[in-house]
Amino acid sequence: MEKHDGRDAGQIRTGDLKDPWYDELASGWGELDGTGTPTTPAVPAPAVAPERSVCAADIYLEVQASAAFQEVRRRYRRFVIPGVVAFFTWYVAYVVTATAAPGLMARPVSGAVNVAMVAGLAQFATTFLLTWAYARHARLRRDRAALDLRWAFFEQKREQELKRRAER
Amino acid sequence: MTGDHQTLALVLFGVFVAVTLAITTYVSRNRHGSAEEFYAGGRLFSPMENGFAIAGDYMSAASFLGISGLIALYGYDGMLYSVGFLVAWLVVLFLVAELVRNCGRFTLADVVAARMRERPVRIAAGTSSVTVSVLYLVAQMVGAGSLVALLLGGTSEAAQAWTVIGVGALMVIYVSWGGMRATTWIQIVKAVLLMAGAIALTVLVLTRFHGDFDQLLRTAADRSGHGGQFLAPGLKYGGDWTARFDFISLGLALVLGTAGLPHILSRFYTVPTARAARRSVVWSIGLIGSFYLMTIVLGFGAAAVVGTDAVRGSNAAGNTAVPLLALDLGGGADSTGGTVLFAVVAAVAFATILAVVAGITLASSASVAHDLYASLRRKHAKQRSEVAVARVAAAGIGAVAIGLGLVARDLNVAFLVGLAFAVAASANLPVLLYSLFWRRFTTRGAVWSVYGGLLPALLLVALSPVVSGSAGALFPGVDFQYFPLENPGLVSIPLGFLAGWLGTITSPDSADEAKHAETEVRSLTGAGAA
Repeated sequence: MEKHDGRDAGQIRTGDLKDPWYDELASGWGELDGTGTPTTPAVPAPAVAPERSVCAADIYLEVQASAAFQEVRRRYRRFVIPGVVAFFTWYVAYVVTATAAPGLMARPVSGAVNVAMVAGLAQFATTFLLTWAYARHARLRRDRAALDLRWAFFEQKREQELKRRAER
Repeated sequence: MTGDHQTLALVLFGVFVAVTLAITTYVSRNRHGSAEEFYAGGRLFSPMENGFAIAGDYMSAASFLGISGLIALYGYDGMLYSVGFLVAWLVVLFLVAELVRNCGRFTLADVVAARMRERPVRIAAGTSSVTVSVLYLVAQMVGAGSLVALLLGGTSEAAQAWTVIGVGALMVIYVSWGGMRATTWIQIVKAVLLMAGAIALTVLVLTRFHGDFDQLLRTAADRSGHGGQFLAPGLKYGGDWTARFDFISLGLALVLGTAGLPHILSRFYTVPTARAARRSVVWSIGLIGSFYLMTIVLGFGAAAVVGTDAVRGSNAAGNTAVPLLALDLGGGADSTGGTVLFAVVAAVAFATILAVVAGITLASSASVAHDLYASLRRKHAKQRSEVAVARVAAAGIGAVAIGLGLVARDLNVAFLVGLAFAVAASANLPVLLYSLFWRRFTTRGAVWSVYGGLLPALLLVALSPVVSGSAGALFPGVDFQYFPLENPGLVSIPLGFLAGWLGTITSPDSADEAKHAETEVRSLTGAGAA
């Protein structure tokens, strides 16, 4: 496991209300428009919510446009899209062959084991393999960069809030 | 069946109920009653705990009883369920788990509504989530009923009905007292029990055949009465092209449905980060994969040891294959070993049903309270806490599921689950994927894609041979069957995607760039995640 593991989980696990992520939670995400009732009494919505979320939107746009983020997104997509296409095609091919060509599937391989049984078990094997590959790819190629971005986002947000507080 | 089985099974089951009630009481001792606590268990579970809980949520009675039963009856065609149920987890792992954890708070609607106008989207996504959950619940209730019919040795309808009611009542207690925290621990306990039971039976089956899988398959083929055909596809779905398309339809529904199941999605919110969500999915894929491999052995084992005719004689849909197998493996109906093993398996299966039912009830009560009630209530109505509404909703959903469970008693459990998956894949998955990955997706697109998948799926089921016009139908007396397939997935899943696309391109207003940026940045980095 990588080094930032403890920090990653620990940050949230402390449950401290000064925690930046808890702060963010109140910014209107997932809250209901118009009703004005916070869905979590533990985290009251701040009175300045609309103003704040406008500013947060700017940061999100900025992060989205940044090269670092686009690199994370590119890495994610470059693994996930071919991966999904591969396993989905393989699965559909398996199902269609089983229905359209049962004769082929019934061909014996060794003893009572036939092509169908081998194909079914191969589906299990590829699933395990792809799971391992995805977890590894995410851990080595994405996690660190994503975490850095998250902290960069948080710093920007903090700065923005300090600035606003100073203006008042 | 002798009285011994029943007594022992009921005692074991009583122990499980007592333990789970104790857990519920223990974890709810200093509850704060916050929504965070009730829906997401405070988001403090570890990946391993959550992995077991996901596996517990997913490995339902349908898998344990239904799939093994289908394999025992139809051989290879039953295996499609195992493969589809497992491969589906790649969709969850690759496209959904981490992103949903980062983007939402409690429900599927959270993820979609964040980018859109909240009210219509929430109502749409909430409605489809509740529909899927209720269908899935019915499957579990039917499983509970048929298990008891076997346990109590007859088809005493009153006993079945009371079991279903008892299961419903217990789950309402778990959910409304313990919330997500109790539900999760029940899933974990159940997952461990179920894995242990499945491993024990698999080992016994393999020992019976001296570790020779080939021998097992050959005996199964012989005793099934179908010979070599039993090991190849086509026995159940091989006839005409309607049956074949049904098979493809089911295959699609299974692989795409999992990622749209509300009770699975809500599990990702119980861990602190997206990384933890990913690791819990890896755990659960390991557990679920090995479990389904074992159901294959158990299914062919039941055909080989018990015999296909005996399985069909006990329950026409095959739901009782595994308990019968256990009885035989332990040494037969009159032996101590047989009695104990049968009782253990029956109790594990019952625990399974109870736990899954609790998980789904919690997820659907969250949809009712967090999405539907919060969007639909009148502005100036008396404000109630959302958690209180969720508790009431749990009771209401329990009542509906009990009623439908009694009506649908004679349908195969795995088949019913296939239906729930088809609806989830048609109504929930398109909207989820579009909102996570499509920049131009709009509110109208979201609403259309939910209803455009949900309504055709439900309509096609209503017009299918499952409901009317065939011997095994829900209403065999009447005939309004116009759609040939039992599973609507092949038609309704593309419709869901198509409707979302149409809604978006015909939408008068364009997508909000800033909100899309927020979704994208949040989903991939976790910046600002709840």
